[in-house]
Amino acid sequence: MIRLFARDLRLAVRAGGGFGLGLAFFLIVTVLVPFGVGPQSATLAVIAPGILWLGALLACLLSLDRIFALDYEDGSLDLLATAPVPMEGVVAAKALAHWITTGLPLVIAAPILGVLLNLPSGGYLWLIASLALGTPALSFIGTFGAALTVGLKRGGLLLSLLVLPLYIPTLIFGAEVVRRGATGMEAATPLAMLAGITLASVALLPFASAAAIRMNLR
Amino acid sequence: MDALLTLDDIACARAGMPVLAGVTLALMPGKALILRGPNGSGKTTLLRTIAGLQPALHGRIAGGEDRIAYAGHADGIKHTLSVAENLEFWAGVYGGGSIDAALEAFDLIALQGRAAQSLSAGQKRRLGLARLMVTGRPIWALDEPTVSLDAASVALFAKAVRGHLAGGGAAIMATHIDLGIEADVLDLSGYRAGAPDGAFDRAFDEAFS
Repeated sequence: MIRLFARDLRLAVRAGGGFGLGLAFFLIVTVLVPFGVGPQSATLAVIAPGILWLGALLACLLSLDRIFALDYEDGSLDLLATAPVPMEGVVAAKALAHWITTGLPLVIAAPILGVLLNLPSGGYLWLIASLALGTPALSFIGTFGAALTVGLKRGGLLLSLLVLPLYIPTLIFGAEVVRRGATGMEAATPLAMLAGITLASVALLPFASAAAIRMNLR
Repeated sequence: MDALLTLDDIACARAGMPVLAGVTLALMPGKALILRGPNGSGKTTLLRTIAGLQPALHGRIAGGEDRIAYAGHADGIKHTLSVAENLEFWAGVYGGGSIDAALEAFDLIALQGRAAQSLSAGQKRRLGLARLMVTGRPIWALDEPTVSLDAASVALFAKAVRGHLAGGGAAIMATHIDLGIEADVLDLSGYRAGAPDGAFDRAFDEAFS
């Protein structure tokens, strides 16, 4: 499993691996928003938490279909299914690799982009905390969606339709943490809810994803 | 001597359609079994069932758990990794053996630093087959292993299979060409599943009753 994790990281940073794609998308979305809503800093400060979280969510979504599709096409998934590693472990390793290559760069870049959106200074710590806690849930839920659609030709659109509704709770609590933090309110409750979503996703979804992959390989 | 793998009255289906029924066989250590049959006769389906990738409709498979190295039509090669990196990954997954013997057996030593995307189809196939040697598993289940191999590479492959058999392993493979290996032949056209014998209907009734 550690080998698989290391291999996925290596594949992601090699040419054509898609590393940085999500980050670039996140950057462009957040830079475009001030052009769309106008440069009034008061307006931007109000919508900044939501935009930053939405941007991170969409950036995560962008690379989901790569998680299993490439391994399915070149036969690696068949071979991994017959290898002495549990499919649950394969799924968890791939979700973790997805988070390291997609979620973690977003967490690091978000405070810089917060400046562009005039996020109030009290919100930065909460932004980092909420993204760090919430993006693993995005990766694990997305891995489940990818497992459901593996083997479908051009399943990318279906994947988005399946996964986006499942992202709603994460988005609500994540953006709420930042909004409360930015306005100086107590933010521990939504943060705890967010942590709960992440822990439940990490604990339960690898099993569901593994079952979905076994079905799809038949 | 006990059989490494036994199939007892196996029936299997592809995409819900039964293709094979009543397959019974025993694979002894040191033996190779070649599956023959026209296209669509269920060779791939049987091999996937043996490898555990799909459940059998009926019957029992004994001895297959965690002892089979499966090689299908696709080689599972990552194009941006080098030949050695691809093999090392699989060696690691299967418990971390050395890849040198496998590289040598399939004449890949000179290619080991090359990115897999720059290999020819036959070289990729050789890399895919070299993976079998690093798994260390006793039963090789091979689906058309010689596709895109030239005569010299087929000879290398036959030598590798003979070495595997001599070491107490066994192989079951679907192939159309003569490898020059002492092997039993099982013609699958005799095991064609007829019209659905009601098993499908029963499952349907069970699911929706």
